Amino acid sequence: MPSPEQWTRPDPGAGPAATAAQPSPEQVIAGLRATTEGGAELTQLLTPEGERLADSRFDPYLADIDAEALRGLYRDMVLVRRADRESNAMQRQGQLGIWVPLLGQEAAQVGSGRALRPADMAFPSYREHGVAYTRGIDFRDLLGIFRCTDHSGWDPAEYGFHPYTIVIGNQVLNAAGYAMGQKFDGKVGNADDVDNEATIVYFGDGATSQGDVHEGFVWGAVYDAPVVYFCQNNQWAISEPTERQSRLPLYQRARGYGFPGIRVDGNDVLACLAVTRWALDECRHGNGPVLIEAFTYRMDAHTTTDDPTRYRLSDELEAWKLKDPIERVRVHLARAGCAEQDFFDGVDAEADEFAAQLRDFCFNMPDPPPERIFSEVYADTPAALDAQREEYLSYLAGFAGGEH
Amino acid sequence: MAAPVQSPVDTQSASTQTMTIGKALNNGLRAAMEADPKVLVMGEDVGKLGGVFRVTDGLQKDFGEHRVLDTPLAESGIVGTAIGLAVRGYRPVCEIQFEGFIFPAFDQISSQLAKLRYRTQGKLKAPVVIRVPFGGGIGAVEHHSESPESLFSHIPGLKVVSCSNPVDAYWMMQQAITSDDPVMLFEPKKLYHSSALKAPVDTTATPDPLHSSRVVRHGDSATIAAYGPSLPVALDAATAAQEEGRSLEVIDLRTLSPLDLGPVFESVRRTGRLVVVSEASSEVSLASEVAARVQQECFYSLEAPVQRVTGFDTPYPPAKLEEHFLPDLDRVLHAVDNALDW
Repeated sequence: MPSPEQWTRPDPGAGPAATAAQPSPEQVIAGLRATTEGGAELTQLLTPEGERLADSRFDPYLADIDAEALRGLYRDMVLVRRADRESNAMQRQGQLGIWVPLLGQEAAQVGSGRALRPADMAFPSYREHGVAYTRGIDFRDLLGIFRCTDHSGWDPAEYGFHPYTIVIGNQVLNAAGYAMGQKFDGKVGNADDVDNEATIVYFGDGATSQGDVHEGFVWGAVYDAPVVYFCQNNQWAISEPTERQSRLPLYQRARGYGFPGIRVDGNDVLACLAVTRWALDECRHGNGPVLIEAFTYRMDAHTTTDDPTRYRLSDELEAWKLKDPIERVRVHLARAGCAEQDFFDGVDAEADEFAAQLRDFCFNMPDPPPERIFSEVYADTPAALDAQREEYLSYLAGFAGGEH
Repeated sequence: MAAPVQSPVDTQSASTQTMTIGKALNNGLRAAMEADPKVLVMGEDVGKLGGVFRVTDGLQKDFGEHRVLDTPLAESGIVGTAIGLAVRGYRPVCEIQFEGFIFPAFDQISSQLAKLRYRTQGKLKAPVVIRVPFGGGIGAVEHHSESPESLFSHIPGLKVVSCSNPVDAYWMMQQAITSDDPVMLFEPKKLYHSSALKAPVDTTATPDPLHSSRVVRHGDSATIAAYGPSLPVALDAATAAQEEGRSLEVIDLRTLSPLDLGPVFESVRRTGRLVVVSEASSEVSLASEVAARVQQECFYSLEAPVQRVTGFDTPYPPAKLEEHFLPDLDRVLHAVDNALDW
């Protein structure tokens, strides 16, 4: 029986076996449905229409989320989206070299990010601007990466947020190692939960094909490391659909490694928050690792250099717009009487101010001086590198007025 | 072979033991683990087995499974998780079983390990040591006899060293571990258990700095620069040349990145002739880099072009042919003749 959950062979005598490359018509339909709906095992607590669904397993993880906290999550997502859109626009105006939009993934990032405690550690890929925001990193510190004045601005230890990792999948191994260290340090399974820590690592559906992600799963599993593998399945790895990466839903891969896997509605901030809290809790108590597949959608291009019209239909985007992660919270807040129009207007005004500050900062960012090329390559700088630096700087100084 | 001239030792001292390179590496690891509880050893078969070359022999028994980790069989995983552990505050020492198996880890080494400090402008450091048994001459199947050190020496942010004797093996291991920079230690596997190279190691001595080369035999006819497994070849050549009345100066490069060529320049300015010996292929190699820098710094002192005696520019051959591939006494002496007869 073809199903969206797994490519299967037809009954004996029913013709040639379907493959991922040549699926049966039923599988095509089932797959399309899964692409927009996430399948039967999707954990969802807030529907696209803003209806709150009761969930006996995960509701306990939202016990503290009152109206004020929900308004806070709404505000987070609006600010992050506004900053994302402003940054995208600044790239179009030539102020950034490139931008990596997160549009559509605000709930996955804010929900999972807000589930972390200060002592936890997060390892991002390069699209996790929303997670960075929840870790307290100034959005302006992200701009240097994309304006190409710096490779990484923040102190990872201070914020519990590792530098962005651009090589696909590398960070999953680094995170598994860090989580092994947390375990070796006795930060797992303590009776007093405040002594416990966990690690979360972010990657996409495309990254799941990387060897480093596989190895990261193996390491975390055999060392019982407190690591949450948070896969944002945004359906597209630049131009390649998730079907090009896997025959079966990504969360089901966890079973092969011997730890739990769960698919959550990545456009549902409450579900992302609750499920990530649960997963981190499992890790802190020695039941890690856990794989979360946040089923979401990249509503914009891969980066500002990409042109999605070459490989996907606008109908798909229109279908996903109906599942917008922010709109469903707004509707829920309004219907439940948890927020008035003044609140929404106030958040919008705050977002505009946030964007204006970002723009002002970006336009005035200075280029780094040439000596920056040579700084902090080594803890103990070789004499030959010092000599190379001095030679180049004196060469530069030889130009009239010091200008090259 | 002669012991390094800069390391005179009192063989009567209680702090001095005579040992092989393999044992010295083991003792160096042990000393580093005793000095710092954050030092971890990780790799394939490094625990119960003690490593396929026994360099980590007995460490798991004495320090426990939480300090000596028998890892899953995946090199990128070893280095990638070591980086995470280093960010957490540990000082992992990774063993890559054979140099031919390091390439799955090349990405983590080049993209993450070498660049974390630079990327964060010093906010993160990655004090990881990667031990790599390298070189040929052991009659092995493919991928067990290669010399990829030039590839790693080319990567900014990494440091690369190689030992050729027990004294350096003992100290370089500890110096690499205490370094805040990532260090790759290329260990001459052919020499691990050579009883001919056994030497007294004084554990109370003051070692040479990690990133320094060293004159190990004085001479004035020509200079030979070598490292790791090629060093005994260079010294044998010098001994043979002595019988012909030629006095060769031999320099152990020791540090491959950064190179420390001051002693080489000083020597070439006296001898006017340089032969560089390495098992690695010569094209775009460390031997080429030494030649380039020597012609730049010693242009007016050179009496002959710099000679390179290296492996050929081919993949490593079937081991029945390796004696042709590897620099030996005769090829080194032939190169010396070429330099002197120029």
